[in-house]
Amino acid sequence: MSRPRSWATRALVCVAVGFCAFGGCIQVKPGEGQVAAVTTVAPAPTAAVTGDRQILHALSRLTYGPRPGDAERVRALGVSAWIDRQLRPRTIDDSATERALAELTTLRMPIPELLREYPRPDPRLRAQIANGEMSRQEMLERYPIEKRPVRIADELRAAKVLRAVTTERQLEEIMVEFWFNHFNVFAGKGDVRWYVSAYEREAIRPYAMGKFPDLVRATAHHPAMLFYLDNWLSAKPDYRIQAGPNRGRPAGLNENYARELMELHTLGVDGGYTQKDVTEVARAFTGWTIDRPRTDAHFIFRPGMHDTGEKIVLGHRIPGGGGRDDGERVIELLTRQPATARFVATKLARRFVSDTPPPALVARVAGSYLNTGGDISSMLRTIFESPEFMSEDAYRAKIKKPFEFVASAVRALGGTTDAQGAMALARASAEIGEPLYQAQPPTGYADRGEVWVNAGALLARMNFALGLASGRYPKVSVELPALVAGADPRSPEAVLDRLLMTLVADQAGSRTRAVLAAQLNGPQITRLSPDDRGPANTDVAKLAALVIGSPEFQRR
Amino acid sequence: MMTRRTLLKAGGCALVAYAGAPRFLVRTARAAEPSGKVLVAVFQRGAVDGLSMVMPHGDPAYAGVRPSIALQPPRRGESERAVDLDGFFALHPALVPLVPLWERRALAVVHACGSPDTTRSHFDAQDYMESGTPGVKSTQDGWLARAIGGRAAKATPLRAVAIGPALPRTLHGDVGALSMQSLDRFDVRAGADTTARQGFEALYEQGVRDLLHGTGRETFDAVKMLKSVRASRIAPANGAEYPRAPFGEALRQIAQLVKADVGLEVAFADMQGWDTHVGQGAERGQLALRLRGFGAALAAFAQDLGDKMADVVVLTMSEFGRTVAENGNRGTDHGHATAMLVMGGGVRGGRVYGRWPGLDRSQLFEGRDLAVTTDFRSLFSEVATRHLGVPAAPLFPGFRSTQPPLGILA
Repeated sequence: MSRPRSWATRALVCVAVGFCAFGGCIQVKPGEGQVAAVTTVAPAPTAAVTGDRQILHALSRLTYGPRPGDAERVRALGVSAWIDRQLRPRTIDDSATERALAELTTLRMPIPELLREYPRPDPRLRAQIANGEMSRQEMLERYPIEKRPVRIADELRAAKVLRAVTTERQLEEIMVEFWFNHFNVFAGKGDVRWYVSAYEREAIRPYAMGKFPDLVRATAHHPAMLFYLDNWLSAKPDYRIQAGPNRGRPAGLNENYARELMELHTLGVDGGYTQKDVTEVARAFTGWTIDRPRTDAHFIFRPGMHDTGEKIVLGHRIPGGGGRDDGERVIELLTRQPATARFVATKLARRFVSDTPPPALVARVAGSYLNTGGDISSMLRTIFESPEFMSEDAYRAKIKKPFEFVASAVRALGGTTDAQGAMALARASAEIGEPLYQAQPPTGYADRGEVWVNAGALLARMNFALGLASGRYPKVSVELPALVAGADPRSPEAVLDRLLMTLVADQAGSRTRAVLAAQLNGPQITRLSPDDRGPANTDVAKLAALVIGSPEFQRR
Repeated sequence: MMTRRTLLKAGGCALVAYAGAPRFLVRTARAAEPSGKVLVAVFQRGAVDGLSMVMPHGDPAYAGVRPSIALQPPRRGESERAVDLDGFFALHPALVPLVPLWERRALAVVHACGSPDTTRSHFDAQDYMESGTPGVKSTQDGWLARAIGGRAAKATPLRAVAIGPALPRTLHGDVGALSMQSLDRFDVRAGADTTARQGFEALYEQGVRDLLHGTGRETFDAVKMLKSVRASRIAPANGAEYPRAPFGEALRQIAQLVKADVGLEVAFADMQGWDTHVGQGAERGQLALRLRGFGAALAAFAQDLGDKMADVVVLTMSEFGRTVAENGNRGTDHGHATAMLVMGGGVRGGRVYGRWPGLDRSQLFEGRDLAVTTDFRSLFSEVATRHLGVPAAPLFPGFRSTQPPLGILA
């Protein structure tokens, strides 16, 4: 299964090309594991992906996996026209998805309503249960599960699965996931419980295909981020808290947001900032806080908490007295740094091309960032139109994350689901290693295959495949007969060929084909048809499970 | 219960009689029997505040810079307070289940321990501590994997196991390390139908490196071995009670692997939630709650293993420590050195190791953090070489300790 990788060597040459193409304005650092030697001779460029493989490749990168019939639809439209449509999601009708989401009522609720409708547990209730004054049953009646705040994240998880499986705006959905992960908040941390769905709806989704600096601004102002990275509490030294339960207590600087803003949101860890910059940025953001976090939770700037002194960030002077604008200026400064362009470009190229993205491509994507003020569609377009994207080196080079695997399996089997089924699928993603909205560290989830592959997770993938194909997920229906429609049901080999073509197209290796063909001879895999007329009726579910659990299907 | 060893004792005939014996059994019969030592690495992700975990009450600067989160100095007979260790350091009161281990000299502390790299990035610092190469991101494998790589090959698929959803960086490498969320669910679950497992086994028989860090054969051998010894059914012994939380569950299952005698050599578990930027608390509060779960799980593990603990060493680590002074929100920000624990057989416990750099502002690293006086590689190297009997050189490439050994293991 291992594929020859030539990025590392080609990269060195490509760096030089990248420099020329952009007038040397973008500094490309050698990536991980590369030595900055320049003596390598250029190897022949790898072959371009051609023909129907282009369709499969585009579908595997711009969607959560092809459904039966998707390849034909892309072929009819033409690959580049289809990509172009995906880059303009507003032009795609998606009313079916909206209807499917309707029953998830918390998705549309503003934070104050969520705080009101799903109140935090009354500590007295807990005490009454502890000392036996109230039975579990009574508690469930007084405080039913569907009225608890956990419902908010549960519905958000279900929505994520439903959208990934159903939406026609696949690329946009991938970008929503990408940016949420980039600006990660953990749904289990304190009040983020109530803020997390609004965070995705208000700070991520509207800008997912827009301008990167808008994402930084929107997340910086959102109560979910302010809470998660503690900036809402950060204040000038020796500040005294004015209101609330901690009134009169001293407060002061908190570096958490400032550091992650530079390390994870903008410049990247090697982006050239110092501990001094962290402290200065933290000072700039003092006073950016949450107004009435337990009833309203709006962004507010509190001048009393703000450190009014001068700040020096990355050598740039921010004069004292700027107030709220200090933070805005820091965002402005950080989002126009070449380091930020490079960092964002690297992550995008890693998502869409390969775990070790070609530096020359990264340089061109970073160039798009700098030329367009961080326009996300432009950066994506640069990637999709690049030879590096449509190259055999990139073809099937990515390992699906657990969530991508789950969604792609449902889609491959022509599956449909409702909110309840989607929650079960979200739990499956957790079982395979990726519990949704549950990444505790600000880094979010990794986008490199090596992080997700291991023995336990692989067995979990196989078990999910078996459960899904055999209909063990209630409310998730899969269309097995349609997968093999047209194949002669009396010929197990014909059924297998059709199934492999539908699920993994041209990808089935000879080994996988041989293993599956051998299965056809097993006593349990070919069942007599009910009327006992035909020679054999192939157990399509079992074969489908084996294909979904096969090495080939773990790639995109 | 038939363990691997009883099978071996039964001799070759038993193996022949055991029709369709998994491959590992056949191979084991020919392999030399290794020592049975186990190293358990525990990662406190998020940077634990070493100054609270093991408080330096003897340092005059301690209380002053931590007005709301400093622990009260220990006082005899007051169980709410930290427990004095040696007149200078004290154990956080939430770690009281570990005190008997300290008194039995089965627990040692290394303080002011950390990385020579100055990064305050969680991600990078964890990466460096797991690869064992501070400042070098290109290292492919982890130091714990290299530690087993230095031992004689052993025909068991369960030499190196991490309990958790992912294989940690420190076990990346050519040693076939496995990770699993639960021993119980580590199987193909297809009911009575065995063809599904056979099918998957055949599909992954060949090496699929980038999908598995190894071969499918190792995985399915491990599945069979765990089933044959019924590892997940082994109950905690000696009245040990693990906290019902992921970290407690992880240690409970590592103990099952040790007791099932499957040839385990290194194990890994981690615990999150140490990044206490706000409302860290002192004797009580957020950090105390985390430490309570941490200490209770470690103590239960030692109790559960009982005499078997003689062959086991547990080494705890965290990517860096936290600021000496509390921040503006009664929490602490990212710092430098922290404290690490070493527990188990052969540990010269009941002592705090390492040179104390002091908490006076002039003594701090960059004027704010506890300075590192013991490079984590010195500690890890000493533990791995002494306990597992592996050569030091390949463990931490490019590193040669300039200090005399700590002498933490007998």
